[in-house]
Amino acid sequence: MNVLYFAWVRQKVGRSEETIEHKPELRTVADLAALLRARGGGYGEAFADMSRLRAAVNQAHVPLDAPLSSGDEVAFFPPVTGG
Amino acid sequence: MSANIHIQVEDFDVSDEVEALTAGQPTTGAVATFTGYVRGGDGLTALILEHYPGMTEREIARIAAEAARRWSLTGVTIIHRIGRLELGERIVLVAVASSHRGAAFEACEFLMDYLKTQAPFWKQEERGGGVDWVEARQSDDAAAERWRKS
Repeated sequence: MNVLYFAWVRQKVGRSEETIEHKPELRTVADLAALLRARGGGYGEAFADMSRLRAAVNQAHVPLDAPLSSGDEVAFFPPVTGG
Repeated sequence: MSANIHIQVEDFDVSDEVEALTAGQPTTGAVATFTGYVRGGDGLTALILEHYPGMTEREIARIAAEAARRWSLTGVTIIHRIGRLELGERIVLVAVASSHRGAAFEACEFLMDYLKTQAPFWKQEERGGGVDWVEARQSDDAAAERWRKS
């Protein structure tokens, strides 16, 4: 899976994207977030409070319990502030 | 109806965009436009905007298609700028063409409300040399929410 980070999530994790292998235990977006949080450091900070984060799978907004599949593009970001 | 969607660094000219939107559309009787500017007065010197390339265009196209389902529209242009924008600069344009003014006004407001809450843009505020991320506003969510009830 290609995982993308935007805004302060990108700043905290220190990169804009990375490839993470999809495994069966990564059933949902929340599972992936838990894996990233467990890395600690900037990841621990970025994923500490999931109520501050939003996610997209394959460029569409999804809830955190949305399922993941191999090859998905997953993005984590704060609530949007355009316009 | 196909929407004109542009995410760009460059400024835009509102009259040129309205001209392009109405050209060759004899059934258009009304165009409503909304232009958003970088607002100062509280120490702010600039906004820095980033977005999610690909998803932004898809999300805006989805919102425009939803507007075209709800109202009878003859054209839509949405332009959103990115990068560093100083006080008084234009940020966003939503222009909606329809046969009648009611649909044009309502669809324009609907598009702005959804753009603010759904399109993946993020703003940083620059003031006094420091830069901070803008927090999403509850009032923007509430503005988008009211269209779900109507």
